[in-house]
Amino acid sequence: MRLSITLALAGALLAVGTAGANDTKSGGSFASPNRFVQDDGEALYKSICQGCHMPDGKGAQGAGAYPALATNPNLEAGAYPVTLVVNGNRAMPGFGGVLDDAQVAAVVNYVRTHFGNSYEDPVQPAEVHDARPAKH
Amino acid sequence: MVEDASRYSRRRLLSMIGATAGASVMYQAASSLGFAAESPYRGPVKLEGSPKGASVLILGAGVAGLAAALELTKAGYKVQVLEYREKPGGRSWTLRGGDRYAELGGATQEVGFDQGQYLNPGPWRIPYHHHAVLDYCHRLGVALEPFTQVNYNALVHARDAFGGKPQRYRTVAADFQGQVAELLAKVTNKGALDGAVTKEDQEILLEALREWGALEKDLSFRPGEACSQRRGYVKDPGGGLSGVPEHSKPVALGDLLKSGLWRSIGIGAGYEFQTTLFQPVGGMDQIPRAMAKALGEGVITYNAKVTAIRQTGGGVTVTWADGAKPGTTRTASADWCLCTIPLSVLSQIDKDVSPAMDAAINAVPYHASVKVGLQFKRRFWEQDEGIYGGISYTDLPITLISYPAFGYGSPGKGVLLGAYSWGPYAYEFTALPPEERVRRAVEFGAEIHPQYKAEFETGVAVGWHRVPWTLGCFGAWTEESRAEHYKNLCAIDGRLLLAGEHASYLPAWQEGAILSALDAVTRLHQRVVSL
Ligand SMILES: Cc1cc2nc3c(=O)[nH]c(=O)nc-3n(C[C@H](O)[C@H](O)[C@H](O)COP(=O)(O)OP(=O)(O)OC[C@H]3O[C@@H](n4cnc5c(N)ncnc54)[C@H](O)[C@@H]3O)c2cc1C
Repeated sequence: MRLSITLALAGALLAVGTAGANDTKSGGSFASPNRFVQDDGEALYKSICQGCHMPDGKGAQGAGAYPALATNPNLEAGAYPVTLVVNGNRAMPGFGGVLDDAQVAAVVNYVRTHFGNSYEDPVQPAEVHDARPAKH
Repeated sequence: MVEDASRYSRRRLLSMIGATAGASVMYQAASSLGFAAESPYRGPVKLEGSPKGASVLILGAGVAGLAAALELTKAGYKVQVLEYREKPGGRSWTLRGGDRYAELGGATQEVGFDQGQYLNPGPWRIPYHHHAVLDYCHRLGVALEPFTQVNYNALVHARDAFGGKPQRYRTVAADFQGQVAELLAKVTNKGALDGAVTKEDQEILLEALREWGALEKDLSFRPGEACSQRRGYVKDPGGGLSGVPEHSKPVALGDLLKSGLWRSIGIGAGYEFQTTLFQPVGGMDQIPRAMAKALGEGVITYNAKVTAIRQTGGGVTVTWADGAKPGTTRTASADWCLCTIPLSVLSQIDKDVSPAMDAAINAVPYHASVKVGLQFKRRFWEQDEGIYGGISYTDLPITLISYPAFGYGSPGKGVLLGAYSWGPYAYEFTALPPEERVRRAVEFGAEIHPQYKAEFETGVAVGWHRVPWTLGCFGAWTEESRAEHYKNLCAIDGRLLLAGEHASYLPAWQEGAILSALDAVTRLHQRVVSL
């Protein structure tokens, strides 16, 4: 697994040259078909979350809606966004299978300290671990 | 007699080996969508008995809602359809030149394709065993043409394989099959199968492997007529003095295995991707258009965004926002309601449903997917590379390139599907602005077809999580969620029942959407006539 991820990453770097993959803050690294590889919260937000919650974190409204993450009081307790990111909620898919504990913590901490949110108590990877469904 | 019989069974066995080995033994059938089960459709539903003036409000005019509307109208129900979009079809959708598509977040794309060119951002292929979809096409006069899935002259590509040089599907398939056959023949002759296969059957097996793998008499796969007849020639047989063919040489098995390209040669063996597949001539939306036309004027109300579903003892009242008159809220009532709104949206709608159905509606996440259509000034894939329709597969984030299965040899422009991705790649594409998705698709595709750079003209990109009326591609059931919730999702709940792709065992296929509608109207009708 590890080997194939490394190989895929090398390929992506070759493929897109300097665009994206070297810039750790931007999205669109296209590093692996199976996982996200960035460890930076902002890069992860730009690779995943902003597809629905939008670049400004304000969500969107059509026949249904994507909730705003900007100035969202539900983010106060870090455990709540952690659970959502790991396990999903209603139509929102869970990302527990494509992000490791540190990545989930990083992206949650990014959202909790940006877009008008300022929750300064960072979530720890261990808390993410606890949010994962028990293996049976 | 006896001899005849044994020869017969022997021939049958050989053909069986040939048929099944390709599908299951040698290849890993890669079915990315749905389940391999033949559609149980056995002809139009017959709703007998009078509905006694009952009315049904149908929510959503995708193929599920449209099929339900057609059958219920035919059975004598009073039918009204409310649809959020300005046209019928839902995910059965085609983008053509002049169309404007505004995605969630506001980015708007003006499709710049030429007349006659199009992209099907959602459904694009119909397996021959999707009997219900095909039957509606036949009955409504929707012209079909073959959709090419497997093209032996298309490409398979991996960044780390063969220096990034795309290979022909034909040579990879032939070399893989030939060398696996050779290996198996070798171990058979070494006695490695003695415990598992009788001596007599080993003889048959060797003969089968020779045919199946295009092996020489000595059971080797090597340059020669048999081999070239599979993988092609360096110089094809021609006429006259210049026509001497030149045989090609297989790629070494080790290189093939390490290349990973064998991953891309089994897809067409999957039940849902086997020949023959179809596409409607002119775009997938020809199906919903024909259905809506058959329904007649006045049945479907467009620009109607359902915001609440209330059940009152004897019926259902639905509140909807009228997009034609912004700010206006209206209601519609009927004895029954059939809701085909995707669960991604329905889970957010204020509604009276049982806790069990509510839990089911909330249990299904929606997958990510992206498609990018690219128009080129000329059909270089045909002119330069002899690729007529079919699909090239790659491990690049675009996953595949699919060439148009119509208009072959025309001198003008062509639109191809320049990306169709799932999983992390689809999320990453969706998170980029549309023009950036197109730019990346062109950049990646140019690694396979260098002509891209000079010939590209215009493109359109649909990330399905940004589609305002589905918020995703299709419902992602798991074995566990289906066991816990599926029955509750489909059960009649008071005066309401659900249909759509999500209420089927054929997720992400139009057949599933239509079969769920037919199943729902049949159960509804049974309830109504027995009241
Ligand atoms: C990328 C992709 C590829 C696919 N490939 C294939 C393929 O090759 N072959 C195949 O057969 N199938 C394919 N499918 C699956 C196919 O598109 C679906 O199974 C089918 O079209 C679903 O039909 P439906 O009627 O259930 O839902 P939809 O078509 O989604 O219809 C639901 C309708 O409800 C409307 N609606 C939503 N919210 C509201 C509201 N609040 N008020 C009123 N109306 C509302 C929507 O606008 C929509 O028109 C693909 C799908 C996707 C996304």
